[in-house]
Amino acid sequence: MENTTNLSVRFKEYWDGFKPGEWQEGINTRDFIMTNFTPYSGGPEFLCGPTERTNALNAKLGKLFKKERENGGVLDINTEVVSSLCNYPAAYLDKENELIVGYQTDAPLRRGVNPFGGIRMARGACEAYGYKLSKSVEEHFEYRTTHNDGVFRVYTDEMKLARHIGIITGLPDAYGRGRIIGDYRRVALYGIDYLIEQKQLDKKKVGENIMDVDTIRLSEELFQQINFLKKMKEMAAMYGYDISMPARNTREAIQWTYFAYLASIKEQNGAAMSLGRTSTFFDIYVNRDMERGILTEEQAQELIDDFVMKLRSARHLRTPEYNELFGGDPMWITESVGGVNNSGVPLVTKGSYRMLNTLYNLGSSPEPNLTILWSERLPEPFKKFCAKLSIDTDSIQYENDDLMRMEYGDDYAIACCVSAMKVGKQMQFFGARFNLPKLLLLAINGGYDNVTGMKIGPQMEPLQGDKLDYYEVRGRLDVYREWLCKLYVNTMNVIHYMHDKYAYEKTQMALHDTDVDRMMAFGIAGLSVMADSLSAIKYADVKPIRDENGYIIDFDTKGDFPKFGNDDNRVDKIAQNIIQRVSTELRKNPTYRNARHTLSALTITSNVVYGKKTGSTPDGRKKGEPFAPGANPMHNRETNGAIASLNSVSKLQYDYCRDGISNTFSIVPDALGKTEEQRTANLVTVLDGYFSNYAHHLNVNVLNKETLIEAYENPEAYPNLTIRVSGYAVNFHKLTKEQQREVISRTFHTVM
Amino acid sequence: MECRYSAIQTLGTLDGPGVRFVLFLQGCPLRCGYCHNPETRDANGGKTATVKDIMQRVLRCRNYFGKDGGITVSGGEPLMQAKFVTELFKECKRQGINTCLDTSGCIMNDDVTELLKVTDLCMLDIKMTNDEDYRKHIGCSFDAPLKFLNKLAEMNVETWIRQVTVCGVNDDDTNIKRLNDIANRHDNVTFAELLPFRKLCKSKYDDMGIEFPFDCYPETGQEVIERLKPSVDKFIL
Repeated sequence: MENTTNLSVRFKEYWDGFKPGEWQEGINTRDFIMTNFTPYSGGPEFLCGPTERTNALNAKLGKLFKKERENGGVLDINTEVVSSLCNYPAAYLDKENELIVGYQTDAPLRRGVNPFGGIRMARGACEAYGYKLSKSVEEHFEYRTTHNDGVFRVYTDEMKLARHIGIITGLPDAYGRGRIIGDYRRVALYGIDYLIEQKQLDKKKVGENIMDVDTIRLSEELFQQINFLKKMKEMAAMYGYDISMPARNTREAIQWTYFAYLASIKEQNGAAMSLGRTSTFFDIYVNRDMERGILTEEQAQELIDDFVMKLRSARHLRTPEYNELFGGDPMWITESVGGVNNSGVPLVTKGSYRMLNTLYNLGSSPEPNLTILWSERLPEPFKKFCAKLSIDTDSIQYENDDLMRMEYGDDYAIACCVSAMKVGKQMQFFGARFNLPKLLLLAINGGYDNVTGMKIGPQMEPLQGDKLDYYEVRGRLDVYREWLCKLYVNTMNVIHYMHDKYAYEKTQMALHDTDVDRMMAFGIAGLSVMADSLSAIKYADVKPIRDENGYIIDFDTKGDFPKFGNDDNRVDKIAQNIIQRVSTELRKNPTYRNARHTLSALTITSNVVYGKKTGSTPDGRKKGEPFAPGANPMHNRETNGAIASLNSVSKLQYDYCRDGISNTFSIVPDALGKTEEQRTANLVTVLDGYFSNYAHHLNVNVLNKETLIEAYENPEAYPNLTIRVSGYAVNFHKLTKEQQREVISRTFHTVM
Repeated sequence: MECRYSAIQTLGTLDGPGVRFVLFLQGCPLRCGYCHNPETRDANGGKTATVKDIMQRVLRCRNYFGKDGGITVSGGEPLMQAKFVTELFKECKRQGINTCLDTSGCIMNDDVTELLKVTDLCMLDIKMTNDEDYRKHIGCSFDAPLKFLNKLAEMNVETWIRQVTVCGVNDDDTNIKRLNDIANRHDNVTFAELLPFRKLCKSKYDDMGIEFPFDCYPETGQEVIERLKPSVDKFIL
């Protein structure tokens, strides 16, 4: 490690004006922020609207979005070139007027092909939009093993079967796993050359270890990281920038950071490619430039607006099957805003406002996925601004900083929807989710899937008798849960071994500490259906209906039973228990690279397709009907109003669900108060209340069901209607009709 | 002590200040032509709960009350179960929870006086402003709510006056003038508000197989309220 004097002398002209600290002794973005940020506790009065330049550029971009929409969702595909950092020439929307530059391919919104996850997926995606993958790409990958090839070489018959019948679905075995956040800010703060030097030193040190499998793998990974940092520099040079050294001003800080992010999305097509926590970082540069008199507020906002326009243009090429799981063409460019530092000082700056203000300046939009890290200590004016933004745009989500800070410190960010990780220090192996209600049905039927008619798992007799017995069902569940958790962990180990081997995220991992902390993120779908079903079995009479072979295919449920979402402990404890047991069981199985097991209750839009693959359940849900999303109570079973519903969800313990508990909340404007001022104040109060109960996440929609029904019938009239669905937001028109119907059927809390 | 109630709304924002837990009690002696909750009329209907049951649930919502919120007891007519509400409000006061009573003011007796001692805010419906309309559309004399209001003034209970505006019934200047007279007569009345008449409840009448007396009147648009608003002296937000 270099000594302080050397580094601060070397970067003197770049770091001039910043307060010195540990961040000058080695890579430590967090320390730079904590030492240099300027808290802001005022309101939004200082903000500037869009400039003429911004409006013109945004209009130009809007036209492309329109064209993309009219083209069936994909504007164009470059089928000739494999996506990577330096494989396309520089591209512009309007070269003279862009403040922040860089596109993923050779033209804005033109999608690249990225077959490293799997060639079949790339081929299928091209064909779905009327294109054909070029011969040269096909030939190149004929002699190359993709991640998908590797996984299927090792998958056991049982793993394939579990995937086929839909007990475990959405696994990242044919596409990039994503959910990794590079510390893109490092490029701005230190410049590429220093990052390369540090990785070279790390590689040297690693080489001194015993050359076992782990060391050899890490050493090769470091080779790739260094290689791709060099490519990033080359990529920036194609746009006329030299990013060897740290950024000298705000514009460079944003541009350098964006180049790092851009390099990552050129290299990887991970499901979620999140941005991290940049707004307060940028604010430090803005303040320095303002003190120097070289930047005005209007110019600062312009730079952020331009940056966000670039983020809104990011695209990956997906297949229709993929869109069923992750509807709405999301990128999950999640940007975490707000939070509090370890000393209790809110990290809210004017930069936090500028980032959020893009929703007003450029219009509402699902991307970037703006996520407020909520703390009771956030300044009151900021809380109100966020609430008003929710009411006006339905585009932002909230996560509990007071809860996450305990585990992840004060420089973590959200990957995807609800997955917290320390930026540049932790990563996760993403693992989609398994289908809880289907597990229940398999257990009841002794390892028979009543949708496909196939057998899987331990084989035993279907449960007998005219009434399901709660304790007997629970006993069965214990057996099948144990079996499934082992299978799930094993499957994940195969996937992530192969992903590291054939589709390693070298750009993003180059922006992590070499000694990275790994988590393995498992997930569950259908939590409320499962809880209500067990509640029905316990408190009502559930009579199984059998087919001619004695398998249970439906239920006749008589009598009332407590339902999740009413703050009723009888069923809420069942839901708590489901999570605890799954989490505990998963932890019994060793993971690849000793990753720590985490769990999420999050579905994205897969609650629809999971429901489709699942038979009738004892709670009264019929075969094929969607589940509720994430940890949501089942649609329209909440009969005591919104707070009772929020109270049920907040009982789910984050300790057992460290990868997040997603709750999507829709309320009609009238139910939130009579005036705009009241609605804003009341929403702040609701958020404060919810998070003070240790709840984790809330998507907030303030809108009338009728608006969605109109948009369902006349999509052309609502091109920009944005709505939060499950940890992210979408343009409503980009969902499939089926997904749209499910969103419309959800609970809208109304006036009683 | 038990009450009969029809529903609980854990997130109420329209029945008093801030975010409120709203308990809708069962039973009402009036038969208002525009009644929004006809299912709450039958004093023997609904579900039962003790003060302890309700308090448990109120406390679960406490974190959501912020500095302005609290509990609102509505109905039905909560004065019909004044003893229960008194016990409930006493318990709330003990816990530092703001109490609000949403009433027609049609009953006055010793139990009601006791209740008003533990009521922080009263939302009083002045449904019409003359005796004839009261007897025709509501089912009691105009005297009852006026007496109730006098009592509120005497005990200095902060009061909000509310009136549902129905075009063709009480949207005229004379009515507004009389409403102002009533509101301005008492210092404890801090706010007076007009609410639009809505017919969302029509389906409830259909389900119950009874006639919706005000079906013949049109819904009141927000623009009517906006037009009348400036002439209501205490309609300040």
